[in-house]
Amino acid sequence: MTDSAHHHVDVKQFHPRAREAIGNPKIRQNFRRAMDGLMAKRKSAFEGWDLETLRELGANIRLRALANLPDLLEQLEQKLTDNGIKVHWAVDGDEACRIIRDICVARDAKSVIKGKSMVSEEMELNHYLSGEGIEALESDLGEYIVQLADETPSHIIMPAIHKNTGEISELMHDKTGTDLSNDVEYLTASARQQLREKFMNADVGVSGVNFAVAETGTLCLVENEGNGRMTTTVPPCHIAVTGIEKVVPSLEDVSALLALLTRSATGQHITTYFNMISGPRKPEELDGPEEVHLVLVDNGRATIYQDDELLDTLRCIRCGACMNHCPVYTRVGGHAYGTTYPGPIGKILMPHMVGLDEGRHLPTASSLCGACGEVCPVKIPIPDLLVRLRQESVDGDKLHPARVRGHGAKRSSLEAMIWKGWSWMHSNAGVYRFGTGLATRFRMLQPGKAGAWTDYRTAPKLASKTLHERMKERKQ
Amino acid sequence: MADPIKVYPAKPRKVYFFGTCLVDMFYPDAGIAGVELLEREGIEVIFPQGQTCCGQPAYTSGYHDEARSVARAQLDLFPEDWPIVVPSGSCGGMMRKHYPALFRDTGDEARAASVAERVWELTDFLLNVCHIKLEDLGQPTKVAMHTSCSARREMGVAEVGPALIGQLNNVTLVEQVRAEECCGFGGTFAVRHPEISGAMVSEKVDALVETGTQDFVTTDCGCLMNIAGYAEKNRKPLTGQHILSFLWERTNKAGGGS
Repeated sequence: MTDSAHHHVDVKQFHPRAREAIGNPKIRQNFRRAMDGLMAKRKSAFEGWDLETLRELGANIRLRALANLPDLLEQLEQKLTDNGIKVHWAVDGDEACRIIRDICVARDAKSVIKGKSMVSEEMELNHYLSGEGIEALESDLGEYIVQLADETPSHIIMPAIHKNTGEISELMHDKTGTDLSNDVEYLTASARQQLREKFMNADVGVSGVNFAVAETGTLCLVENEGNGRMTTTVPPCHIAVTGIEKVVPSLEDVSALLALLTRSATGQHITTYFNMISGPRKPEELDGPEEVHLVLVDNGRATIYQDDELLDTLRCIRCGACMNHCPVYTRVGGHAYGTTYPGPIGKILMPHMVGLDEGRHLPTASSLCGACGEVCPVKIPIPDLLVRLRQESVDGDKLHPARVRGHGAKRSSLEAMIWKGWSWMHSNAGVYRFGTGLATRFRMLQPGKAGAWTDYRTAPKLASKTLHERMKERKQ
Repeated sequence: MADPIKVYPAKPRKVYFFGTCLVDMFYPDAGIAGVELLEREGIEVIFPQGQTCCGQPAYTSGYHDEARSVARAQLDLFPEDWPIVVPSGSCGGMMRKHYPALFRDTGDEARAASVAERVWELTDFLLNVCHIKLEDLGQPTKVAMHTSCSARREMGVAEVGPALIGQLNNVTLVEQVRAEECCGFGGTFAVRHPEISGAMVSEKVDALVETGTQDFVTTDCGCLMNIAGYAEKNRKPLTGQHILSFLWERTNKAGGGS
């Protein structure tokens, strides 16, 4: 596998990658079609529901969990330990990778089968393990395709959404020798067959977690393919990995969040599988892993947690509805971002992980249309957080000093000067009226070009008189 | 944390009119149309000459000190307890939704809150405060409508424009596909990410043209200069108007409709 597919160094290259994607009709069509479908499915799944009340409930559950996060994490660790699950804490992705390697080494494990986990993408776990001589194979169909193509996921729920059936067929033909076919059933069956063998022989299964329940010490896993259940029950050792924000107080909280998650994500009333993992195989049980671990990953989350406003970022339950409804994501696709998490949630989360210097283009790549915030099942005010990060990236607010790593990197003295001048003119009504009066009077001198604006549009035409002038005349 | 429920005031005797900088310089006809409609409803319109801009361009660019300075200059303009009407969902949204946060923990917090809670998007005000009844004097026509994202999502007025157009007997409102999707304006977004914005507006124009009408109306001048500007540059058969201009032209007896 190449390095480039695994290291998110090109987050700074957002502009050229976005341009390239926009010029690629296949990418445009694949995303448009998929996002249209997902939006329609979500809409119909919530029909007959009091969605606003449910979102309010979801938001409050997440806020309450976050308000008690330190205590809940301690409670979770205690309960999991009581249940026989070993808990590990990782300050960043590298440490989490090392913990997983050590567990593998202790068991002399050489092959790992993986269920879907975005945190493991964040850690670049597969890349790390392969460097340690351990093979990690993705078992989620989308992740499997992405791994075959040596790519990264382009969507957090549907990792291979950037590919259409024809492209997937060609890829599987090249890499695994399946016949070329547009029959989705056939392609799925072929992948299943190949994976089934890997499940049987895997030494370790690695999965993500959707909700970690503190009160009972239960790890909940939402999936559709059964690969999650296989991953967590067939190999003798199961390692779950998740971010520290995924904890909720009680099982009661899960039902509302689950109802929101599946409907928001894929428009399903319930997924095919919902796994609740509460410990390793007990002596009297016939199957299940001998060993179960949970790796709790911080990777910048504790820093986000310290800011009352940015904290809202951690409410996320990773449904992907924000990207499905994002007009920018729909145009540029997931890879343009060059980040683990693309789309609106990526724009507010990734700057904390890569720094605002590296991720300086992320917060501006939005028209602030608000579609993401409108559909977010836990009501994360994504547009407000984008504006906050824009302020942080130019150190634009003396009353609220910036605190995100890499803040101020986008501030240029020229732009700052332009805004200062703009502010002076618009803070002094006399100056403003003089300026706008002059501009309209000499409007024949208005240039036909106005930077990037006129690459796509004509310039707006100045009126012959301002509204100020016309209202003044009207009074007389 | 629930979104505050909108409580419409009783129809007032007077309102303040905040024209916005785009209307001021580029679309003053839309502003005048708004004033005419209000006056026809028997409301006296006060236009403070000290107004400039709501401060949004600097705010969404992250220059909050500069935005605050501009916004602060607007806070003094509305001393009496009258509603403040704005012919834009975007500028209205800035004042109603973002002024409180912008002035939090400053000496102007109370003044900003007093302004914010009195701000109304003008078509919303006409329909739900004035309970306007429109008499259509124009020829039969078809029109499409683009509600700006801020009018739709921040000000919650997505149903207002169609309801007003629905009062016009000779106007058929046609709906474009993905009507709720952004046109790609987004203020400085349009120049910071021109290709993305260009891709968005081109699809919006196609969707509008596909409705079979050549005319569209919108709540916001930002969307108007984006959509109509793209159509003009690319010779698409589509012209746009602010919804207030459209409503006034069709119901204005002196003008005899359009």
